[in-house]
Amino acid sequence: MKIEGKKVIWSEYQKEIADDNYFYVRSCIRQNFFPGSEVAFLRIMRDVLKKDVFEHPCHTTCSGIGYHGDVVPVETAMTVVARQFSLMTEAGYTNYVPSCITSFGLYTEILDTWHHFPEVEEKVRRQLKKATGREFKKPENLAHASDVIYKFRKEIAAKSKYRLINKETGEPLKVVDHIGCHYSKMFPSKGVGGAEYPYVLTGMIEEWGGQIVDYPERRHCCGFGFRQYLVQANRGFSIACSKEKFESMKPYQPDMIITNCPGCPMFLDRWQYVINEMEGKRYGQNGEGIPVFTYEEVAGLVLGYDPWDLGLQMHQTDCEPVLKKIGIEYSPEDKYNLAIIPSYSDSHKLINV
Amino acid sequence: MGKLYDLLLEDIRFEEGLNACMNCGVCTAICPAAEFYNYDPRKIVDTVQSKDEDKIIELLKSETIWYCGECMSCKTRCPRGNAPGLIIMALRGLSQELGYFVESEKGRQQLAIKRTVGDWILSTGYCVYLDGITIAMHPEQGPVWEWVQDNKAELLNRLGGNYKGDGPGILRKIPEETLAELKRIFEVTGGMERYEKIESFSKTKAKEMNLELTEGIDNEYFRHIYKTNNGTHSR
Repeated sequence: MKIEGKKVIWSEYQKEIADDNYFYVRSCIRQNFFPGSEVAFLRIMRDVLKKDVFEHPCHTTCSGIGYHGDVVPVETAMTVVARQFSLMTEAGYTNYVPSCITSFGLYTEILDTWHHFPEVEEKVRRQLKKATGREFKKPENLAHASDVIYKFRKEIAAKSKYRLINKETGEPLKVVDHIGCHYSKMFPSKGVGGAEYPYVLTGMIEEWGGQIVDYPERRHCCGFGFRQYLVQANRGFSIACSKEKFESMKPYQPDMIITNCPGCPMFLDRWQYVINEMEGKRYGQNGEGIPVFTYEEVAGLVLGYDPWDLGLQMHQTDCEPVLKKIGIEYSPEDKYNLAIIPSYSDSHKLINV
Repeated sequence: MGKLYDLLLEDIRFEEGLNACMNCGVCTAICPAAEFYNYDPRKIVDTVQSKDEDKIIELLKSETIWYCGECMSCKTRCPRGNAPGLIIMALRGLSQELGYFVESEKGRQQLAIKRTVGDWILSTGYCVYLDGITIAMHPEQGPVWEWVQDNKAELLNRLGGNYKGDGPGILRKIPEETLAELKRIFEVTGGMERYEKIESFSKTKAKEMNLELTEGIDNEYFRHIYKTNNGTHSR
């Protein structure tokens, strides 16, 4: 194989990710379902990597779930996003980092539309001014939070307490990566590795000692489908998509799944529970489910964070088989103990540090 | 050129999503919704580019435009740079503007999305909000979610959140002045008008179907549209 040629091709699938001074916006879904992941992101950025991350208390939903649920018109979504940019401008930042993939996709789509249709951007500026009196500058750098963790994956590896290796066998854990559709399917050049071979999570797993599993339905949607999950009558679509993925990955005996989307880890986690309830079927080893993690949860585990500080007790599919395989020291009895006061710093509660 | 096609052209997503489709069908091949539903995005794009007014009306009233999950896998693969998913979004927008959405079982569900996600955006500043994600509406969330709901304040505190608190942080209270700005944006940009149209057309339809529709989600019409699946949508 001619490696030089590969390097030339690969260079087209790199993206610029800012080095410091991030304006962070949260994910609605993740704040509800994976609050520990956003805390872990800020702990890693501020306490481990010593980076400046700013959170504006007045930022809101980007309206993306409403937009893709088709109740929020495109111009409304654009103006809500313009307001978020105005908060960034007001705070003196230029590097925009959303926690959510739906948001990241929406920001990417809007910036692309404004690039091709400057008159639309002008109209949105007028509407924002009229509605709120606000003005804004566009971000100089837009990166998803998983891009940022990818960028610093080696630094995290250098400070790691654990590796993604089976303690008993010495073999790397077999990891399935699941990339949120709106990370790069709409705009491949905006994601690390493009749409067909996204590398953002693979890069983390390889750096932290694991082995990525390739399987036929690797790029299939988890089945969120917005209205296909939001309305109970449509959830057959959602679970069918996840099931197709589980059936496809099962023969490769994955130890765990890693995701970078807000909804995907919740669906891949919960639909395993439902499939077991409906059909008595499990997809993991030893009659267990396949634990599903966010990238911050995996980064946190590698760095030696307490699993219950990371919020792993909020998963329906038990994560403990993976903790045991890696040999992570933890207290099973503390899992549901809500009286524990975490011993780490309060830096994640600040606007910035 | 038909009137409806002109209206579709006013949607920037339609202009971005449709260049010239050569009917290769790669969008249908990659589409997760086409695997599950009686759905074929290639046919939709073909119908739309025919500019046939009657066929476009039929689409706007149909079940089929509501099957897409907007994953946008079609955009990645289309050799002509089309995005059937964006065309679908334009069709769904127009169907709601003109009130045709209430003519299909799947279309009527828009009121359920408006009264959950849509209303949460304006009342809380979040498009998904813990207090509204109940076990009754989300039994698939499992026993862990029951525990989360029973202990949400303590749990969020344990995990470093700021549930309903001031300042930054997880599930913080979004300040009143911020919510007022969001509302004003919706008023100025047509978001509020869209909400009102969904409500108004749904009320007429509920009357026609002889189903009670009051405020909120605890009424016959909401329960009907949220749960009914006539079983003819997929193979």
